[in-house]
Amino acid sequence: MTLPLGWVEPFWATVCGALFGFVLQRAGLGNGCRLTAQLRMQDWTVFNVMFTAILVAAIGLYILELGGWMQPAGLFVPTAYLWATLAGGALVGVGMGLGGYCPGTAVVGATAGRLDGIVFFAGLIVGVLVFAGVYDRVAAFMTAAAQPEGQTLPQLLHLPTWVVLLLLITVAAAVGWLTRRVRPSALITCAD
Amino acid sequence: MSNGTPGISESTPRPIWRAHAAGAALGVVLLLTFLLTGHGLGASGSPTAMAAVAAHAVAPAATAANSYLGPMVAEGYNPLDSWINWEVLGVAIGGIAAAWWSRRFHVRVEGPPRLGRPGRLLLALAGGIVSGFGARVSVGCTSGLGLSGAAVLATAGFVFLMGFFGGGLATGALTRGMWRS
Repeated sequence: MTLPLGWVEPFWATVCGALFGFVLQRAGLGNGCRLTAQLRMQDWTVFNVMFTAILVAAIGLYILELGGWMQPAGLFVPTAYLWATLAGGALVGVGMGLGGYCPGTAVVGATAGRLDGIVFFAGLIVGVLVFAGVYDRVAAFMTAAAQPEGQTLPQLLHLPTWVVLLLLITVAAAVGWLTRRVRPSALITCAD
Repeated sequence: MSNGTPGISESTPRPIWRAHAAGAALGVVLLLTFLLTGHGLGASGSPTAMAAVAAHAVAPAATAANSYLGPMVAEGYNPLDSWINWEVLGVAIGGIAAAWWSRRFHVRVEGPPRLGRPGRLLLALAGGIVSGFGARVSVGCTSGLGLSGAAVLATAGFVFLMGFFGGGLATGALTRGMWRS
């Protein structure tokens, strides 16, 4: 048996999605007030949840590849188009700062009864339509400064994977330690 | 289900998980998704598919002629028939299950305390439009690029996260006053 298994049937997609939604909800990431509080640096839940998740998954994949159980070629690695990836990311950040969510957390917020989450999701659809309307004018920008296909940080920095992982662990631990005294509950204006 | 703690009734919501424990659980789910499917978790592909289907239903000729949406609704293609839509359906199922289990489901409109319901909903709509547009520019959102991309150590994932926190923190600083209660 070689990993990944390539199970992309609707059943497994729904199962993985359900686990994703369950964990996001229990992490408090369906709460738009908590998400925007991160952007005002009054709550560090988003950063700590995200970076811990990235590290757990990255270390897990590294161990599986090291042991020869995982075919790295079977993993999808997105390609960076420097300006588009950066600008798109910035707009998703602005969208969260204004509306409280990102695409995935809007679904999670909506399923706890938040009507603003449903409206945010409707806004996403409108945003796609606006994008489609101007696509011809931004198409060149979207592929500008393309980085090598599927490039990773170890390839970019010419460092072994374990060094990159150690650097990321250091950053995550340092931020977690520096912000340990920020007490989330007092600064959140709405209940989870 | 009584936990025997005085003062905690059946209707008291369960506290949310501690951030690092929740992050570890999220990491395991993400890893499992990679092992099963070969790719990570996403979200923004689903509103994209919905936009293509909605546009095609309302204005089929204009949609087919559009250089972005056209290929999605070309003959024989149904953009809803893709992995991402099942995954997002799963997110909704998991989200409802967690909200119900933790006794946190109630209908509400949240947002800045200084704004009333119309203002909050308008802000959510504006944020959604900016986010939906942005996630098409970057070809992925916080889930697909920020979380899943960074987990495979993709340069793209970290470039996205720099943009995301840059744009987000700037907006957070500019909207501080709005959030004072």
